[in-house]
Amino acid sequence: MIVNDSSAPSVGHPSAAETQPPRLAKKRFLHDAAEHVRDTGHRAFVRKALSGYYASRDVQKARFRDWEHARDAASLAKWSAVNQLDELLPRFVANFEANGGQVHWARDAEEARTIVLGLVRAARAKAIIKSKCMTSEEIHLNAAIEAEGYGVVESDLGEFIQQLRGEPPYHFVFPCMHVRRDEISDLFGKHLGTPPTDSPEELTMIARRHMRRLYVDADIGITGANFLVAETGQISITENEGNARLTAALPRVHIAISGIEKVVEHLDDLAVLLPMLATAGAGQPMTCYNTLYAGPRRPGEADGPEEMHLVLLDNSRTAILADPEQRDSLHCIRCGACLNVCPIFKNVGGFTYGTTYQGPIGSVITPHLRGVADWNHLSAASSLCGACTDACPVRIDIAHHLLHNRRNAARTAPNAWEKLGHRLFAMVARRPWLFGLGGAVFRRTLPLLKAVRPPLLRDWLASRDLPAAPRQSFRRQWDHRRSQQPAASREGSA
Amino acid sequence: MSGETGMSAREVILARIREALRVPAPLPHGLAAESQSQVRQPQQRAAVTTSGAASAGISVAHASNRLPTLTVLPEEVARPWLPDGGETPAERLQLLIENLGKLRAIVQQVPDLTAASDYLLTIARERDWHRVAWHPHPLVEPLLAGVPCATYRVDAADFDKNALESCDAGITSCEALVAQTGSLLVSSATSGGRALSILPHVHVVVATCDQIVATLADALHAAQARHDGHLPSMLSFITGPSRTGDIERILVLGAHGPKELILILVG
Repeated sequence: MIVNDSSAPSVGHPSAAETQPPRLAKKRFLHDAAEHVRDTGHRAFVRKALSGYYASRDVQKARFRDWEHARDAASLAKWSAVNQLDELLPRFVANFEANGGQVHWARDAEEARTIVLGLVRAARAKAIIKSKCMTSEEIHLNAAIEAEGYGVVESDLGEFIQQLRGEPPYHFVFPCMHVRRDEISDLFGKHLGTPPTDSPEELTMIARRHMRRLYVDADIGITGANFLVAETGQISITENEGNARLTAALPRVHIAISGIEKVVEHLDDLAVLLPMLATAGAGQPMTCYNTLYAGPRRPGEADGPEEMHLVLLDNSRTAILADPEQRDSLHCIRCGACLNVCPIFKNVGGFTYGTTYQGPIGSVITPHLRGVADWNHLSAASSLCGACTDACPVRIDIAHHLLHNRRNAARTAPNAWEKLGHRLFAMVARRPWLFGLGGAVFRRTLPLLKAVRPPLLRDWLASRDLPAAPRQSFRRQWDHRRSQQPAASREGSA
Repeated sequence: MSGETGMSAREVILARIREALRVPAPLPHGLAAESQSQVRQPQQRAAVTTSGAASAGISVAHASNRLPTLTVLPEEVARPWLPDGGETPAERLQLLIENLGKLRAIVQQVPDLTAASDYLLTIARERDWHRVAWHPHPLVEPLLAGVPCATYRVDAADFDKNALESCDAGITSCEALVAQTGSLLVSSATSGGRALSILPHVHVVVATCDQIVATLADALHAAQARHDGHLPSMLSFITGPSRTGDIERILVLGAHGPKELILILVG
């Protein structure tokens, strides 16, 4: 068993990254990435945590009779919904309101926070319980609620641990996958006064016992939403622990926060999307609880909230919608599969991104959400392996979108040095004699370059070595080998 | 945007969406190649068969160049591609039991309600229950007779969440059982509200074999048919006992919901 005996990894803090001046986001990324890549203990820990996921994901994928075609169907369901959002969103809202729910529209994060704070004040809330909700991370809701003097407790185990640690989620599906059990044991000891244990089960039970009274006593429950069903006006919430079920069952007021892009047209679409979300995201046939809510408690029902509110958040989603090339990034069902397979994510870790949504999909959408100039560097953090595109259950072409972002950035903010470099290369590459001459010069000066480390090469050489220079050019070697080969086999291969 | 002053947030967002959708998007990655030319034809309502799904016939109709609609529901098309739900009742029963086993749920088949009541008595004694919660239902009520402990009846007239919290187990009926995934569909209408099936430490579900359906879609259709367009305020697919993998991705059962899920299958 790999036990990480290095000290806790130093982590960047996304909320700090957000308030800092522009361009520092990139500096911070490069700094944190370099730190993390050197932390081999941390990398091994994250890889081990993911290894079980790969195994179970493959088992569940094999239960599909045709996973690839199922991806087609899932992607078409989302494509169809997103491209009809102008009709489906009002239809969803009308049906949701007919079910007794109340809808609030928020153009941006500030408007969303104001709406939720208004609801919290109106309910005269004493205690607020919250289940996992990435849109609330996006709008920094907890800090806003606490600044008003209200207490809010994250009920999802991973989010609860992160809340106690004072950190945002490391991974938008597995929030505390970077934290070791002994750290969690210490954390619970410090905040809850519980005795130390190295059993994940016992640690889970500590959180369970701690949370039970909070569900019963809370006045307000805040949740996210995974899907909004237009034809029925229901919201769908996916979870494993049961904390979202409890959050939407016991408090007097239920507030859900959702991006506007979560709409699907038909209830039946969920029969495709729910098992695919669970399989791609967590290696499960279905997550433990997939729940559809249609408004508050009905007459004759035993329990449930008296009020149900839904905050519909734009926050630059319409800017992505306006880009037909990357519109499909709104198909994302936040399964996290692209993070789990990404070589960059596995090596630089979740905090290095400095974003609410980490990994490949985060690198695609964050420049839209927070500005190309400051966040485009994330699109360069890609090995172009395409593992994210292959992993995506709704067929978002993530790998190419990273390239699109790079192209867009080159257009909007061209780098003069880069342009000059490419022009020089083009000039040389078009002239075989010059290309040959350049190669000859490089082959001879390579040892010198290694020794001198000129500024342009210094960063690259800091963690890599240059290969030994060959004696001859590739073209010379090629000609030589062909002349050695018998003529017959040359023709055969031609 | 300059034209947005004086508009409500709703109007602004909907206007932004309409503006954004003026330019059509290509079909999803991997499906686009063969159908590009047809997608761009604005007027005629052409059925576009996508390359990836051609054999099974996913078709997309474009009423205009920016309002694509799927002429066949993705679920109908995807049915043969999703995990198997079984063709016959016997196959579905076997799949359901297999899947529930993998999810670490407990399944007990009994011939009738008397035997179900006996089984409930056994597990109540084994687990030393002090109080169980239940809701009025023809499948649930007959089982309570033999329970050797206090009971709490959940109903709309006076729901007491503290009383429910003190119960060791909740006994409910369900809407449907799904062979494909081992899921149980419960609702606020047929499972005693929202909390009864999630707050107590053990959830016991009583169901009959004729409630088994093949797929998730079948279960949703069954619920829609039963409630005739007035869906309950909560419908929930329960797939095994509550679980978490948040600590080092190691599976632990009983995170916040029931640690044990017990299905008593009658008939």
